[in-house]
Amino acid sequence: MSWARKLLRVDLTRGTCTSEPLNMEWARDYLGQRGLATRYLSEEIDPRVDPLSPANELIFATGPLTGTTAGTAGRYSVITKGPLTGAIACSNSGGLFGAELKLAGWDMIIFQGRAATPVYLLLLDGKAALLPARGLWGMTVWDTERWLRKEHGDAHMKVASIGGAGEQGVLYASVINDEYRAAGRSGVGAVMGSKNLKAVAVRGTGKVPVRDAVAFRTVTAAAKKLLDESPVTSGALPTYGTNVLMNIINETGGLPTRNARDVQFEGASKISGEAMRDVVRSDGQTNLVHREPCFSCTVGCGRVSRILRTHFSVKDRPQYWGDSGGLEYESAWALGAATGVDDLEALTFCNFLCNEHGMDTISFGSTVGAAMELFEIGALSEAQVGYPLRSGDAHALVRITEETCKGIGFGKEMGLGSRRLCERYGHPELSMSVKGQEFPAYDGRGIQGMGLNYATSNRGACHVRGYAVSSEILGVPVKTDPKASEGKAALVKAFQDVTAVVDSAGLCLFCTFAWGLPDISAQLQADSEGDFSVENLTRIGERIWNLEREFNLAAGLTGKDDTLPKRILKEAARTGPAKGMVSRLDVMLPEYYQLRGWSADGIPAPALLARLGVKQLHSSAA
Amino acid sequence: MKIKLKLFAMLSERLPAGSENHTMELEVPEGATPRQVVQQLGIPPELATLTLLDGVHLTQRQREERVLHEGETLAIFPPIAGGRASRPAAQR
Repeated sequence: MSWARKLLRVDLTRGTCTSEPLNMEWARDYLGQRGLATRYLSEEIDPRVDPLSPANELIFATGPLTGTTAGTAGRYSVITKGPLTGAIACSNSGGLFGAELKLAGWDMIIFQGRAATPVYLLLLDGKAALLPARGLWGMTVWDTERWLRKEHGDAHMKVASIGGAGEQGVLYASVINDEYRAAGRSGVGAVMGSKNLKAVAVRGTGKVPVRDAVAFRTVTAAAKKLLDESPVTSGALPTYGTNVLMNIINETGGLPTRNARDVQFEGASKISGEAMRDVVRSDGQTNLVHREPCFSCTVGCGRVSRILRTHFSVKDRPQYWGDSGGLEYESAWALGAATGVDDLEALTFCNFLCNEHGMDTISFGSTVGAAMELFEIGALSEAQVGYPLRSGDAHALVRITEETCKGIGFGKEMGLGSRRLCERYGHPELSMSVKGQEFPAYDGRGIQGMGLNYATSNRGACHVRGYAVSSEILGVPVKTDPKASEGKAALVKAFQDVTAVVDSAGLCLFCTFAWGLPDISAQLQADSEGDFSVENLTRIGERIWNLEREFNLAAGLTGKDDTLPKRILKEAARTGPAKGMVSRLDVMLPEYYQLRGWSADGIPAPALLARLGVKQLHSSAA
Repeated sequence: MKIKLKLFAMLSERLPAGSENHTMELEVPEGATPRQVVQQLGIPPELATLTLLDGVHLTQRQREERVLHEGETLAIFPPIAGGRASRPAAQR
């Protein structure tokens, strides 16, 4: 049985840690991690709660496969109500922390209340303690990890923590584990900061037993063979990382550039996965040092980079001369194409800073892109910013990144995110966001299904809630025309429901480049008790999606929030294959609602909720 | 007749030294198709997974039948995605 069957409830107000049995009935219905934690959250908090108040909860959750020897089974998620969106937030991270939590004997941690003074949680296998973190408050993520390992004399201790961004309430602050793995989106780090919780340090020396060890070995070995045979998971991703996407998305005219004023970036090849491997620097070295896998992963798409020592960003700062997490595609896009900056070393430095201080690169980079447009149209002056903030200026990008990380100068306003920033300066239409969360590296004009996915994603604009790009651009599992709106409602729904299963199982989404639901089903069946047939997994995915929807409706969101920025709906793409096109959300959204079994206003039908066993959370009058 | 050829990821190693933006100019015979260009370059067909003509995806049939014109841009990507599957993820 791969569950420890227990969760840790941490009451930060009272300073108590209590072990509770895991609700196994909910685990069968919601699988784990994203789904199961959302079930707990929706039961325990009022969805209308202020996300940064003590009444909100913060949940660290693993899936049934987390910590097992299944391929890519190292994931955990942080679930809460998000301050950036006011919607359900669920941010998923890899590295080693999630598996360590499971190996320590915990399936989940629920934090409630708020500590009077900063604390951190120490987990040494089954022992849990809240300890004072006064000396840690103000430390970077990197220093916090080093300090905790030294303090507890354990070089193998795994840490998830917040940096200054989370402490200062940057609305897109992340929780960072293993120095550069991020539960990145929706401001889960700001919620952690609001609770005066600096870090979770864990050491687990146990094992994760499975239901049928012999069967599990057989099915996980077969699944790993598929990962080894796929040209994607054994070739492109290990070699180039996720940033292999930069050139292809640019070529297909789907790369939002300079705050989505353009859909192609002339500097794309300079910041691509290929460029990270090119020897073009004056020191004769490449940006990429090596790749690094997460727990139990044979893919190893993670990048480790080193910045050119003579680069302006680090030449006087030897503390950044070492190796650290390199650019993922979304980060390269946000810090690069969205701001018009094509300086790979500058982007790598800004990525280091975002990790060091705990900040979501996607929302941050997109907010910089918006601020640059505000500056260029005269809505934001040099006197207000303190310096010219123009697209393409690497020096300005580095400066605004440092200011935002440290909460100084104009950086204090950048921490609001693009929606609030653009509203403040009179141009709300310039925020490239949905439900307040900035959209990532795909343009909804040239990639129509992705636009629908952004509009309907339960945590605000997001690519990994329903990665329609896989079909529309990459041809997996079948090639569809990115410019077509027909058929995209069904495609997006299918991707969204399957992704909810993958996220809740404890697996990495990239496994789906090689695995289908039958492969995941076989591993879950050998791993845990319950019905994890393909049919039931499909139902579980739909159940999770509808529960998240109910949470959002109860929180006050409506179908009117399922939209896209005016630019994507009204301003045609200027170049590339989608030249002249806007998003056809007007056509796709009604069909999507119908396929979901929702009303024309986006409300799940009572009969649908009854079939799925989801409790209606929103008031009928809403 | 000259076209622009773009090669990415592992295929970019086949570009001449000094190529910028993954691009080279290529002389091809009149009436050449994308498939013939791939053959001309000695690229194994299974490595030309995604083929774009001026940014638009070409099906296998289009790669065999579409005649290239002067100045068009042919972009070829090796398997960046794509695996064994041929059914939608939800049904796999």
